[in-house]
Amino acid sequence: MVNNSDLKPVSEFITEDKPERYIHDMSTDKHEIAISTKDLQVYYGDNLALSEGDLAFERYKITSLIGASGSGKSTFLRSLNRMNDSVATVKGNIMYRGLDINKKAIDVYEMRRHIGMVFQRPNPFAKSIYNNITFALTQRGHYTKQELDEIVETSLKQAALWDQVKDELNKSALSLSGGQAQRLVIARALALKPDILLLDEPSSALDPISSAQVEDTLLELKNQYTIIIVTHNMQQAARISDYTAFFHMGKVIEYDLTRKIFTRPKVALTNDYISGNFG
Amino acid sequence: MNAKTADKIATGVIYAISGIVALILISMLAFILIRGVPHLSWHFLTSPARAFEAGGGIGIQLFNSFYLLILAMLISFPIALGAAIYLNEYAKKGRFTSIVRTAIEILSSLPSVVVGLFGFLIFVVQFGFGFSILSGAIALTIFNLPLLTRSIETSLAQIPNLQREAGSALGLSRWETVIHVILPAAVPSIVTGVVLSAGRVFGEAAALIYTAGQSAPALNFADWNPFNISSPLNPMRPAETLAVHIWKINSEGIMPDLNAVSAGASAVLIIVVLLFNFSARKIGAKLYKKLTSA
Ligand SMILES: Nc1ncnc2c1ncn2[C@@H]1O[C@H](COP(=O)(O)OP(=O)(O)OP(=O)(O)O)[C@@H](O)[C@H]1O
Ligand SMILES: [Mg+2]
Repeated sequence: MVNNSDLKPVSEFITEDKPERYIHDMSTDKHEIAISTKDLQVYYGDNLALSEGDLAFERYKITSLIGASGSGKSTFLRSLNRMNDSVATVKGNIMYRGLDINKKAIDVYEMRRHIGMVFQRPNPFAKSIYNNITFALTQRGHYTKQELDEIVETSLKQAALWDQVKDELNKSALSLSGGQAQRLVIARALALKPDILLLDEPSSALDPISSAQVEDTLLELKNQYTIIIVTHNMQQAARISDYTAFFHMGKVIEYDLTRKIFTRPKVALTNDYISGNFG
Repeated sequence: MNAKTADKIATGVIYAISGIVALILISMLAFILIRGVPHLSWHFLTSPARAFEAGGGIGIQLFNSFYLLILAMLISFPIALGAAIYLNEYAKKGRFTSIVRTAIEILSSLPSVVVGLFGFLIFVVQFGFGFSILSGAIALTIFNLPLLTRSIETSLAQIPNLQREAGSALGLSRWETVIHVILPAAVPSIVTGVVLSAGRVFGEAAALIYTAGQSAPALNFADWNPFNISSPLNPMRPAETLAVHIWKINSEGIMPDLNAVSAGASAVLIIVVLLFNFSARKIGAKLYKKLTSA
């Protein structure tokens, strides 16, 4: 008969060997943080869709958000630039440049020019390619034709679309293919010179070739932008991102360097997910 | 009976029903056109009506119809557009919205003769506008407003939410997004709706009988000062329209060529309404093509 008092309590036992959560501490290794969240909670009505979403995102890195359908990835991402304001209640702090941008007083329109977003389905405006890119700019500031031309060229080049469309900038954006349209939408976001680019499954509606082009684009952009991307494609996350956060049922379960997550995850649940045991 | 036969029978029945509907429409149109077109001439289209002798035309009525149509559209379009934008882009579910929606629903189901009587009591009598273009245009606006609002609202609702998200993700306000993104994208379908409703307004008679009146005083087409009583533009003059004219001569006309005038006028009315209908889709399709390719 084993004496029970000699054994550690079960909970402690688990924590030691296999933690239930692991969040990489970004404050220790002198990372430059672009944006971070604290005590973030998102409610759709009474339904708590996201809790314990405390993450810090390093500048000029790509961070992937992975997790099963309904785990709260989009909810988290859309909270970062307050796209969820009209449908959800978002509690907690979102720190950007020393400012809590989850405060009422924040000018969300101005803030979104710093934190751009690209969606799953390409959504170009029913305007010319050129005007798609310049439209949001000209609504706010004054630019000469020459400045606009330059911005159009630079952002299309950044999005790897310039060569394909440079001779037909006045064509309607609705005539582009899905992959081209998605890169136009990325160019449109880049034209505002944001700090941070949020992407919600930007290549899941695209064929493999277009998808690869979008990936290449993102890798190119990494030098100048902080990128946070939701993806269902595990290979994609492994290929392009520096950090990965694993979401499960509205919580961040594990957040670490991508190579650690995909080779030796610290949490059993993460391991189950990336090895395809559920979700 | 197996599924295949059942399907065949059902398909056959549906084809037959659609065929019958199309046949009724075509034979009706053919009847009106065959009876009326032979009476059409430049003289008929441009000269004033005659009450007692043969050889009168429909010139003034035709002008009145278009003038009233344009005025009614000028009044109703901005209101309908505003209401549709509010309902589709801004309204939250709540008491006020549901009251507005119910009001539009009820308005759109009112028989046009009731709208006409209302216009008569309020605008013609109470406000003292008399039988006039103005009273008629207001009555037509009331008649047109609910359907036009709904049609524009549907056009806006067809624009996917992705477009609105794209706008706000770029830091545009909701108003900027609506005006510069949603509306332009909805233009083809809005235009189709407006032109279709123009056809409906053009053919409307009941709302006008007691508002725009049943007489078409002689007009001086050289006088474009809207304050002169014989000016075509004068909004306070009575103005019998083409549709009202057809009703009038068929119920109490006494000119000897009554049947010819009635048949000719009906043909013109039908042709104009058909033109509106065909061009509505043509223009819409053309605008859409321009939007997606140019
Ligand atoms: N607009 C909304 N209204 C109400 N509930 C919502 C809304 N959007 C998301 N939810 C709920 O919040 C939870 C998280 O959804 P979310 O869209 O963030 O998941 P996700 O991880 O992005 O999933 P997916 O991979 O399918 O995109 C789900 O339970 C979902 O039903
Ligand atoms: Mg999602």
